[in-house]
Amino acid sequence: MNRMDRRFKTLKEQHRKALIPFVTAGFPHPEITVPLMHQMVAAGADVIELGVPFSDPIADGPAIQKAGEQALAQGMDLGRVLAQVAEFRRDDASTPLVLMGYMNPLEAMGHGRFAQRAQQAGVDGVLTVDVPLEEARELVPTLRHHGLHSIFLLAPTSNSERIRRTAEVASGYVYYVSLKGVTGSAALNAQEVAERVALIKRQISIPVGVGFGIRDARSAAAIGACADAVIVGSALIECLAAHQADPMQMLNHVAELLGSMRQALDKQPVMIKE
Amino acid sequence: MTRPMPDGLTSGDNLDFNQFPDLRGHFGPYGGQFVAETLMVAIQELTAAYERYRDDPEFQAEFQHDLTHFVGRPSPLYHAERWSRKLGGAQIYLKREDLNHTGAHKINNTVGQALLAKRMGKPRIIAETGAGQHGVATATIAARLGLECVVYMGAEDVRRQSPNVYRMKLLGATVVPVESGSKTLKDALNEALRDWVANVDDTFYIIGTVAGPHPYPMMVRDFNAVIGQETREQALAVFGRLPDALVACVGGGSNAMGMFHPFLNDPEVALYGVEAGGDGIHTGRHAAPLSAGRPGVLHGNRTYLMETDDGQIIETHSISAGLDYPGVGPEHAWLKDCGRAFYVSATDDETLAAFHELTRTEGIIPALETAHALAYAAKLAVTMRSEQNIVVNLSGRGDKDINTVAIREGITL
Repeated sequence: MNRMDRRFKTLKEQHRKALIPFVTAGFPHPEITVPLMHQMVAAGADVIELGVPFSDPIADGPAIQKAGEQALAQGMDLGRVLAQVAEFRRDDASTPLVLMGYMNPLEAMGHGRFAQRAQQAGVDGVLTVDVPLEEARELVPTLRHHGLHSIFLLAPTSNSERIRRTAEVASGYVYYVSLKGVTGSAALNAQEVAERVALIKRQISIPVGVGFGIRDARSAAAIGACADAVIVGSALIECLAAHQADPMQMLNHVAELLGSMRQALDKQPVMIKE
Repeated sequence: MTRPMPDGLTSGDNLDFNQFPDLRGHFGPYGGQFVAETLMVAIQELTAAYERYRDDPEFQAEFQHDLTHFVGRPSPLYHAERWSRKLGGAQIYLKREDLNHTGAHKINNTVGQALLAKRMGKPRIIAETGAGQHGVATATIAARLGLECVVYMGAEDVRRQSPNVYRMKLLGATVVPVESGSKTLKDALNEALRDWVANVDDTFYIIGTVAGPHPYPMMVRDFNAVIGQETREQALAVFGRLPDALVACVGGGSNAMGMFHPFLNDPEVALYGVEAGGDGIHTGRHAAPLSAGRPGVLHGNRTYLMETDDGQIIETHSISAGLDYPGVGPEHAWLKDCGRAFYVSATDDETLAAFHELTRTEGIIPALETAHALAYAAKLAVTMRSEQNIVVNLSGRGDKDINTVAIREGITL
């Protein structure tokens, strides 16, 4: 049991939902990433997803694409992301961290070397967007060997056979992509999501997080009613982008956005039904 | 010519190249389906549809009919007699894909995939394009079949290739300029994949080369294999045996794969893929991942890539937009590692010289992509005897490139 399992266990005992913000490492500036992570924890984040910038992010919409481009232009690479994680860990030993990104930077570092360095830095889980079940057979055992969870995506199109097979390899939590499309796409249908999440929960025992389309307290609360975790990415990146000229202002706005979501999630009456 | 063999193989093994890819689309360690879960069901649906129609006589008959009556096949195997004599080595034959409708081999694949889209009931076609050749070929078949067509093209390429942009619009396609990343072919491919994720229900993505997630590398190869099949028959008819060598240019590698595949199990036929050497491999400014890159994962498959130490994809440089791609089809990566095909490169300067040479000697203006293959074929020919035969895939005609050549040579049209 690592930081992540402990965190979800505690949340469950408290009948609370996890708030999981996603930020691109190195955006808007490499120096701001670690303070930003601490700020997000203070504002109520339970788990942090840290995006590893990649030159060709095929699953991301314009906001996260631009964030990645800007981070890369400032010299971010996988090694520096791991250094940021290690720096964050000096002051925060308990907040679970997930690296989210694409396969090629991991290939370039080497799967084994990456897993070892990620574990040393204090990473708890890894989500490689372009590695579906079909291609995960080598990577998952390597990550597991180093105590790292493999987070998998599920989509509206994933059928029950795929959900069942995901249950066999996924650990930590699964990430349900609530929309057809890339990150930052249009509004979501909470009713539809609730039905899909219920379907997933029948086959998967680990927590189910929902992302894509969650932009404010209201959508967070709507999704929090059915999911174990609410993941917010593009809305947060847009907030960072809008206020990047003034870092202090930016941190305040982030605290405000996440704080409102935290509040909405905690006010949520927890439905206990079995 | 001995090379280290891939893991688990010894040089004594006789590989049956018709066995590749495996069911999951792997060519040894290469290929595969590296896409987000959001696309997997669409990819599986496509794989199942292609498996079903690939051996369906009715589908094949319709494909053959269109290749004959719409594309204009078979394309001739032409003896470049004057050029061969001038070089003083092997006889060079040209497989005239430039004579196809729309002027290149690209139409073979788009006809095949569009017929599949129709069978699958998908009314909307999307495609990526670099120079615009694949975009034009896709818009062409979409017009013929009455399908909606959206083509993604890097904003930089839209600017450089305005005649092809207009051609696509004339054919009824919507051209979407892509402003992300390096604004070239790889970014157009990223954007087309994003469109597909959002519109999987009614959209068929026609990829233009032997890259992308399985089944594309296999499917695009199969639709272009008509090039190699015809070459085989024509060679037997014209010189009574198989060619001694085949030469084709390699960007993503669809014309080369289509030419090579029917010969893979004939070890007496030497295979040469020619990459874009740009300013020269040693300068780093080129588009030659097989010559100077290393394996990684991009656009749904594992293959050789041009990348930084950190695994970021880098910009490529070539005089020909059609070869300006940082990856290459996974089957080429596999053939390289197996030692079955040899991958070499031609620089921009060598390519331009070959472009002029063929134009003046044979009265054929080749595409700049194709001229890479011609440049290497000329070098190869002089090392061979005059009774030996080389077939070069003349993959496209060069009308589209005359502006590029003129500008490069300081001529105002």
